Amino acid sequence: MIPPALAAAPRLSRWITINASGTVAVRSGKVELGQGILTALGQIVADELDVGFNRIQLIPLTAPVTAEQTLTAGSRSLEESGAALRQAAAEVRALFIAASGLGSHATVHDGLIMSDAGTTSYWDLAETVSLDVDATGEPRPKPPSHHTVVGTSTPRIDLPDKVYGRARFIHDMSLPGMLYGRVVRPPSPGATLRSLDTSATKALTGIVEVVRDGSFLGVVAAQEETAISGAELLRSHAVWDETASLPSSVAELLTSTPVETQTVDAVSPGFPTTATAYYSRPYLAHASIGPACAIAQWSGTALEVWSHTQGAYNLRKAITIALPVALDQITVHHVEGSGCYGHNGADDVAFDAVLLARVVPGHAVQVVWSRADELAWAPFGPAMGVRMSACVENGTITGWRHETFGNGHLARPGMSPTAPGLLSAAYLADAKPLFVSDDPPTARGGGAQRNAIPLYTFPRREIIKNRLLHMPLRTSAMRALGAYLNVFAIESFMDELAGDVDPVEFRLRHLTDDRARTVILAAADRAGWWDRVPEQDRGCGFGFARYSNHGAYCAVVAEVRAEQELQVTRLTVAVDAGLVVSPDGLRNQIEGGAIQSTSWTLKEEVRFTRTRVTSTDWESYPILKFSEVPDVDVLLVNRPDLPSRGAGEAAQGPTAAAIGNALADALGVRVRTLPLNAENIIAAMPG
Amino acid sequence: MTDTFQLTVNGTQVEVTCDRDTPLLYVLRNHLGLKGTRFGCGVGLCGACNVIIDGRTVYSCDTPLWSVAGQAIRTVEGLAGSPVQRMFLEEQAAQCGYCVSGIVMSATALLERNPKPDEREVRSALDNNLCRCGAHNRMVRAVMRAGEASS
Repeated sequence: MIPPALAAAPRLSRWITINASGTVAVRSGKVELGQGILTALGQIVADELDVGFNRIQLIPLTAPVTAEQTLTAGSRSLEESGAALRQAAAEVRALFIAASGLGSHATVHDGLIMSDAGTTSYWDLAETVSLDVDATGEPRPKPPSHHTVVGTSTPRIDLPDKVYGRARFIHDMSLPGMLYGRVVRPPSPGATLRSLDTSATKALTGIVEVVRDGSFLGVVAAQEETAISGAELLRSHAVWDETASLPSSVAELLTSTPVETQTVDAVSPGFPTTATAYYSRPYLAHASIGPACAIAQWSGTALEVWSHTQGAYNLRKAITIALPVALDQITVHHVEGSGCYGHNGADDVAFDAVLLARVVPGHAVQVVWSRADELAWAPFGPAMGVRMSACVENGTITGWRHETFGNGHLARPGMSPTAPGLLSAAYLADAKPLFVSDDPPTARGGGAQRNAIPLYTFPRREIIKNRLLHMPLRTSAMRALGAYLNVFAIESFMDELAGDVDPVEFRLRHLTDDRARTVILAAADRAGWWDRVPEQDRGCGFGFARYSNHGAYCAVVAEVRAEQELQVTRLTVAVDAGLVVSPDGLRNQIEGGAIQSTSWTLKEEVRFTRTRVTSTDWESYPILKFSEVPDVDVLLVNRPDLPSRGAGEAAQGPTAAAIGNALADALGVRVRTLPLNAENIIAAMPG
Repeated sequence: MTDTFQLTVNGTQVEVTCDRDTPLLYVLRNHLGLKGTRFGCGVGLCGACNVIIDGRTVYSCDTPLWSVAGQAIRTVEGLAGSPVQRMFLEEQAAQCGYCVSGIVMSATALLERNPKPDEREVRSALDNNLCRCGAHNRMVRAVMRAGEASS
């Protein structure tokens, strides 16, 4: 069978090149976001080709050159590109063995092809074997028992540069003649420019251009520090008309915005319910440590863009909707940026660079967002509510209803055929407004409804999604999408319904999936769940989910101390992600997901007034600090016989739920409003 | 106001001519081409831009050039494969890695004044550095191992 990503671009030469110099070039549409994907994909190819990992060279993505035209999102990279590259490499290996004339039983050792009949190598045959052929699906990849590179913790190829402080990020790029641009954003999403005096800024030494197009303002300068001070000077000479376009609160947003209602799943709906509860989360910011950055250069009619986008092909398409420029004029190169955790400002800043570079043809222009813009103007993970209700009979759940409320979780550039979905396009004189976010279909994991369909077996169930039709604050994909709150709600509600029954026992009672039961028991056993002893102000809680109902299984035990503030002291996480490509890579992803989720769950909340976003620095949008980070113990359940499943988002929901359940265990108070900060904990206490 | 300043960067004397208020960060990155020190917030709240002056970590993003004239500045490039960096690689102590050079600088300054810190001391010393990916515990292990390795 040919994996879908390879079937879409079956020409082998577009994925793999064997070089006579003894190296193997590998091209995939997946990009490094700090998750270690390039290393993992390289491991798969090295293993399938039987070459040393050090011979593998991952070629950075360039649209339109790279064959695979995909997003790097949804924890699907190993599943999609990993499978495609494994098959492509198996086919390449078979072609070289056939061309060697050494018989079909020839073996390969680090590129050396050997049999009784003689010896040759990939490198000797590189010039004669053409890979300009399509995949056939015929040669089968190795059985997992023959893997030698897959399954080992290969060190990340990108980390030495990052640890030694070498230029590797797009922020570090410097092209000949490059200028520096900065954008002056409006003070609030609903603002329009009333008047502007550019004279002082133009008079600043080193300012090359001042740009005004509608309400889009920016400067281009010879030095970065001049661009920054020039932008601040320009800001002080801009007068804006602001409107109170934001809701008074998340609660108001979720209850009084018109919605489109969709039944996601229903089995014998319309049952009576015996319990109900409502859970919510605020807007969340991606909040990368490195702000969005891009470089663009116009040369004649050609436009070249360097970007840390998750979707270079989509960005290219979106630019053609925003500006009168054709697809074949645009090249987008991927260059690594800071971690992204979803649809952040990467595409927007690329478009900012395109706009600013337009006024200085022939010059590359680098744009970096300010911290305030990164926290206030990148898309947010949407605020969301979930109303749960259930019918419980004799200690068993016989009916389950799950209803979500909130904006869609997807508004990526390139999704709409008519709107670019790029921030600054909405502020140009020829404005192309942002489109209201939607959700991917349930079959692709869904957005708001991601993980809303429970893995538990309930004879009657009804899953409903209410998507808001207005979008006062821009929302799009943030790590785990709806799964974060859906799992928090499901797993909190399970504990609430369990009554006196042990929460783990209660889950197992409703669960037939063997892999689910295995990770749940693995986490419970590892954490000492069965022997836990109640202690004053301390609690222990459980959370479980299979990410997106098709990805990795993940179970978490959280241990907390609830004193002045809630502290998470330890997380024990068990994960089954199918065949493990890199044990340490998987651990790193799970640890990181669990710690980031702890930060969201304890602290994070985008703050706003009726007019402006006010959480614009690390004091108003605090994230977890080193001294607040819990111990994280990760237990891997390897399933070499089952396909690899992405794990980058698997820990987010179960971690939040385990923390909430541990808080309830510690204080006897059920807090259903995130974050679990002092304010929300006190509000949940019985008056 | 443009002026000429003398600095010692990683042991080498350099001369920089630019506006006296230019943040040290941009002097290092753009005028001297030392790109390992990174911009994160511009107001000294995340530590991505940390350098070491006089044994102490300094946020280079909000440190004007005039204020460090004549001083000796150490950046991540000057560590040249220190035990801290080696242990970061041993522990694979990063995900995106954007915060790493600032954290390596904070850890270096810590180990120079306290060669055998306990875990609480390491976490406390790194509290002025933010990491968004959740690689904290790996970094703490790396710093403690570096302390053990060099003592």
